[in-house]
Amino acid sequence: MTCDDTRLLMHAYLDDELDAAQSAVMARHLQECTSCTANYGVYSRLRKALAQPGLYHRAPDALRERWSPAPSAAQATLPASSQPRRAPLAYAMAAGFAGALLLTSPAWITALQQRGADSNPVVAEAISSHIRSLQAQHLMDVVSTDQHTVKPWFEGKLDFSPRVKDLVSEGFPLIGGRLDAIDGRSVAALIYKRHLHVINLYQWPADSAATAQAEVQRHGYTVIRWTAEGMRYVAISDVSAGDLKQFVLAFQNDAGTPAVNPSR
Amino acid sequence: MPVDLHVIPPSPDSVRSARFEALVLPCLDAAYNLARWLARNDADAQDVVQEAMLRALRYFDSFHGNDARVWLLAIVRNTYYTLCMKTPPDNLRESLDEDAHPLIDQGPSPEALTLLAVDVGTLQLALERLPPPLREVLVLRELEECSYKEIAAITEQKIGTVMSRLARARERLKTELTCRPKEVRRHDL
Repeated sequence: MTCDDTRLLMHAYLDDELDAAQSAVMARHLQECTSCTANYGVYSRLRKALAQPGLYHRAPDALRERWSPAPSAAQATLPASSQPRRAPLAYAMAAGFAGALLLTSPAWITALQQRGADSNPVVAEAISSHIRSLQAQHLMDVVSTDQHTVKPWFEGKLDFSPRVKDLVSEGFPLIGGRLDAIDGRSVAALIYKRHLHVINLYQWPADSAATAQAEVQRHGYTVIRWTAEGMRYVAISDVSAGDLKQFVLAFQNDAGTPAVNPSR
Repeated sequence: MPVDLHVIPPSPDSVRSARFEALVLPCLDAAYNLARWLARNDADAQDVVQEAMLRALRYFDSFHGNDARVWLLAIVRNTYYTLCMKTPPDNLRESLDEDAHPLIDQGPSPEALTLLAVDVGTLQLALERLPPPLREVLVLRELEECSYKEIAAITEQKIGTVMSRLARARERLKTELTCRPKEVRRHDL
């Protein structure tokens, strides 16, 4: 691959849009070519700068109110010309039904989902722990993007040695670690970022042999559990399920950590 | 509420509006963000979103359960281009993808390294200076976190076009930021 070829591919690589073969070629080129690596660093920094929340324009309240979910408000904003006038009673009935639907159906769905997820206490604990970690000053005990700082920090604090790796080249920079408790024991929590989102990865020694990966969605969070090499892992975040899967793949993939780390 | 259900037959209208509220309303922020970056001022952005939401409501029956956000963003984008009587995006596409605007890459300059220090205000101005086709692709990718496939669906382009346009957009933004060292330096203090 020449530097000319990378000009377009670098951006697709930055956006995780290359297939496995192409990203491997790209990673290899970045290891060999300092000028492309420098460029890659500049663009990752540009991406980071663009992720600042100040650049996102949220809908103003006036607009939000005009489209607020109250059935009556939504009806009022219907363009008069495009809809034939209906008797007020019909509107009232329609609104009533919509209200009933809104009130009952989500309740059913949540009730069903909760029962399903509650059957696994680890998922519920992981979600609570993830939420707690996002509350003021609970996120990190050790703040570092360096896996060689984070891993030794756990020494003597746990009865096992957690697996720590930085996944910045995959778009999931490691930002720190924390001690946490799940399932009645101390566990290691690694904190990663995906743009503005936080990913918590919990790990502790497994009692049982390797199990299949399980994925649960609840309250807008995705939880992925798996067991590998005698360790249990639980990854949780509010990123899209696809992104979290990609994160899990990146973590499981031993060979997938190129030495290049330009954004630091 | 069995009584309600008995008295009121499930009217297709109310089911429709409940679906609209559940699927489309949560995308209001995304719609506004795109409109605001295209229009570059609050008043126009509100008009665009209001009109786009009305269109979305009118054509909601044509929405068949894929991604509501992608569907709504495509409407916002089309609404903006029709309301503003801009040159149709097709014309922009052709002039832009010709070699008139080759990828300029002088490699990383020392100024480029100060990119991190660029504050939101400078970044906002630089982004607003980009031509609309480049600005929209960056906003969709970096602020809405859309995939290339989603951007292709919203902007009705091929994925290859999205990829090259995004590359151009980042090149241009970098140039905007690094070729105005005075501003950068001022904000650097």
